[in-house]
Amino acid sequence: MRAGPLQSLRRADEIPHPAPKKAHARMASIDTVPRPKKSRPWTSPPAIALVGFTLLAWAALLGPAWMRVIPEAITFPVAQVVGDAINWFARDAKIGGVAFQEMTRGLATLFDYVIDATVVVLAEGLFTGRGLNVTQSVPPLSWLAIGGALVIMGYRFGGRNLALICAVSAGFLVFFGLWENAMVTLASVLVSVILAILLGLALGIWSYRSARIENVTRGVMNVMQTVPIFSYLVPTLLLFGYGPSAALVATVIYALPPMVHNTVLALKSVPTEITECGRMIGCKPRQLLWQVQLPAALGKLAVGMNQSIMMTLNMVIIASMIGAGGLGFDVLSALRKLDIGSGLEAGMGIVALAIILDRLSQAAAHRAAHGTHLKAGQRPLWQLLIAWLIFSTGLALLLTPLQAWPDAWVVSTASFWNAAVTWINREMFDLLEGIRNFALLQVMRPFNDFLGNAPWTLIIGAVAALGYALGGARLALYTTGLALFIVLTGYWGPAMSSVYLITISVSVAIAIGYPIGFWLSSRPRAQEPANFVLDTMQTLPTLVYLLPAVMLFRIGDVSAVIAVILYAIAPAVRYAMIGMAQVPHARLEAAEIAGCTRWQTLIWVRLPAALPTLLIGVNQTIMMAFSMLIIAALVGTKDLGQEVLIALNRSLVGEGIIAGLCVACLALIADGLLKAAAARASSDKKRTAE
Amino acid sequence: MKIKTIATSAAVAAMLAGPALSQAVPESDDTIKIMTGDWTSIGLQGEMMSLILQTVGYNTELVVADDSGRYPGFENGDLHISMETWQTTQLQNLEKSVATGKVLDMGETGLRGVEDWWYPLYMKERCPGLPAWEALKDCAEVFATADTTPNGRYVGGPVSWGDHDEQMVAALDLPFDIVHPGTDAAMFAELKSAYDREAPIVLWVWQPHWVTSVYEGEYVQFPQFELACFEDPAWGPNPDATYDCGKPYGWIKKMAWAGGEEKWPCAYEIVRNYQMDNDTMAALLVEVDLNGRSSTEVATEWLMANDATWKEWASCAM
Repeated sequence: MRAGPLQSLRRADEIPHPAPKKAHARMASIDTVPRPKKSRPWTSPPAIALVGFTLLAWAALLGPAWMRVIPEAITFPVAQVVGDAINWFARDAKIGGVAFQEMTRGLATLFDYVIDATVVVLAEGLFTGRGLNVTQSVPPLSWLAIGGALVIMGYRFGGRNLALICAVSAGFLVFFGLWENAMVTLASVLVSVILAILLGLALGIWSYRSARIENVTRGVMNVMQTVPIFSYLVPTLLLFGYGPSAALVATVIYALPPMVHNTVLALKSVPTEITECGRMIGCKPRQLLWQVQLPAALGKLAVGMNQSIMMTLNMVIIASMIGAGGLGFDVLSALRKLDIGSGLEAGMGIVALAIILDRLSQAAAHRAAHGTHLKAGQRPLWQLLIAWLIFSTGLALLLTPLQAWPDAWVVSTASFWNAAVTWINREMFDLLEGIRNFALLQVMRPFNDFLGNAPWTLIIGAVAALGYALGGARLALYTTGLALFIVLTGYWGPAMSSVYLITISVSVAIAIGYPIGFWLSSRPRAQEPANFVLDTMQTLPTLVYLLPAVMLFRIGDVSAVIAVILYAIAPAVRYAMIGMAQVPHARLEAAEIAGCTRWQTLIWVRLPAALPTLLIGVNQTIMMAFSMLIIAALVGTKDLGQEVLIALNRSLVGEGIIAGLCVACLALIADGLLKAAAARASSDKKRTAE
Repeated sequence: MKIKTIATSAAVAAMLAGPALSQAVPESDDTIKIMTGDWTSIGLQGEMMSLILQTVGYNTELVVADDSGRYPGFENGDLHISMETWQTTQLQNLEKSVATGKVLDMGETGLRGVEDWWYPLYMKERCPGLPAWEALKDCAEVFATADTTPNGRYVGGPVSWGDHDEQMVAALDLPFDIVHPGTDAAMFAELKSAYDREAPIVLWVWQPHWVTSVYEGEYVQFPQFELACFEDPAWGPNPDATYDCGKPYGWIKKMAWAGGEEKWPCAYEIVRNYQMDNDTMAALLVEVDLNGRSSTEVATEWLMANDATWKEWASCAM
């Protein structure tokens, strides 16, 4: 793999939030950041917050009962109303005499057509006849043709290394018999990615041009990133019908935010000199945008593209639950019959696709950003590709194994993995059961009971006090408002259950991930394989390791927490690495001269310097953990994720959306508090620097 | 998904070239949407019906829907045909939906659905009173885990499947905690884990399903279901509570959107004529679930081998 500029471009993980640079930029724009005042300690916000919270705690514990148990009178079951409204909107609403549903169904037909056409070319070919009479009339592009084309593109964009990566990934799909379904997945992924990128670009440009629009889109995108996808699946299904196009729309909604955020950022980061120069040579606004600003911003746009691609691939499993076939379906059906080995192989197929798309798109963007001059004697890429497609298709017609890899030649390691799982289950279950019981009975249950029984006013008071201490009155109002939304809609109980799952998972993920990241940061050689492992952890469908977890830790919270931890470790490791890399060398040298031990350097020099990034890392880890709650619900939690899942299964539109918004509220509270904390940490740092 | 094996399809095409299709069929080119769900048999039977209808000229599409969540779709005409509606869990839902007049009861498939609490055979030694349900009261502790002690642990189905386990446990005063997974795969992951170690487990199992052909076990015998059990507290061992009985067992019916009757009359007739039996279905499920073949392949093979049978169902189209 190529190091250097490529590495700095890539980062698939900051889902749902973009890269840390960006986070800093946004942090700076938050106007709730407290200005350090040289005030007396007694009137500083933290002191006021502490006093206020203590008073409230007394009141909550000794005061009237309504302060402890939420009185029914103040909850409003809005789910029904929202559900009815959406049902009306989806079924009866008319715009200019045309039913809204007809428009969306029309769009769905269009999307289906595009997906079908792509599937025909890549995966299935054409058929004549129907039912039992069906025969193939035109085969799809052969694996040789597509695989070869990927390798050629890899070579052109990234040289021998990238060509090798493409060849190995494509070879894996072919030899393991995953090719055809991988192409079905690729077809829908390509269509979603292109749609998400175009829409994201359009919204981003629009936001860049108008500050008012930017405020609106930023708010909407922040909520969209945190509302679990299952909660808007039901409305999507109502509007677009069951099938691939509903999956497509849901995926695009999910993958859109990073593209919008990064487009705005990329355009804002174009140096004014370049824009001015464009103006001076007489560009019209449109020319200025397309021929000057966007090309100049391409490097940063690539970050958004990369994240959209990764998020789309994250959705493959969920999309296959609502009617998109492909590898996601393979994973689901293998796991349903407990063939964990085959599920793992199909899951690795998704990882292989992710790696091809990620590395190719990054290399292409990198090349585009640095000019695309052909070397003397080089033919344009499209000519090469067409020549290859014609040649390989001819070859595949002569030799059928080149068209479709024969079933008899398929390799499988599934039985090995299955045997391994059985062995671990037989030999190590008692040990693991001991761990499970300890974790559940000594740590998780008590914490859950504490949160469940704590007076709600006390918890809201804590949220408000933290908000005030970290970000002043405005942040306190914001977080309290979000928390009250959960109280008023009647989801407090499940929400506390979510808080408990997230707190435990994130604590463990940070406790494991940060030390690993610190360790890796000083070992550049280990970073390449580590990146591969982290990429895999984030694109391998969670269900693949969720079921083995269930076998070993039973249905319930322990398995759920393990699944969330495994998913959330990756951003923790990555932010720890980034944070450490940012520590100024001068300080490290100073520490060395002062005779600090390694441990002292870590505690007194590295950690304080990296603190803002580390806090953002905690924030990202929490966001990732929230996005996993829904998957965790599959193994039987009793939290908001489960509420959303039940609502999805029962087609309860309103309940699904409200429960989903409650998840968003929790995530936004955590996000607001931690960003403010990070902003404080970095302003403290600046002060000390001064 | 489309058929993969070109050779097979060619053979089928040759076999079926014979009959001249009736002029009237299809009465409408609109796509008939056949429901499939998150369990194998409905997918397999849906695939069979889809293949038959396509062969006689209809456009069809398989659409994924939730077992309990399907009714609005059928009432609105978003979904048209379901090959499976189980008396065990969907009895009341189906009755309610048929009462709206927008949904048709298309008759029984001939399959008999069984679902209830199930345990591996080795549990009989540790809880000698089984399969009688009263035995569960005495050996709840055998089924206990650290977090449920002294209660037993019962693995139920996903919440959305609409069981009445909570009510039943209360009505029969069973010392058991119920655990709900979010998906059937998680249930059977626990079963596999326990079975490999001969560890205690009691969970919800249904038939036709591959689990009963792979693992040896039995159902707990609860007081046999009658409709009165769900409606009349006086019925059954607990005079003050409803649901003091096992789950309903019995027919698996086909259902359809009422609006389709006029649109595709012959297709609806074919659906009504369709019949299947448990043994055949169990064998087909093993092919799909354990031997890893696709539903399309298995359905095609069965239809080819039973040419006369399905053509008789489809006589209105011949």
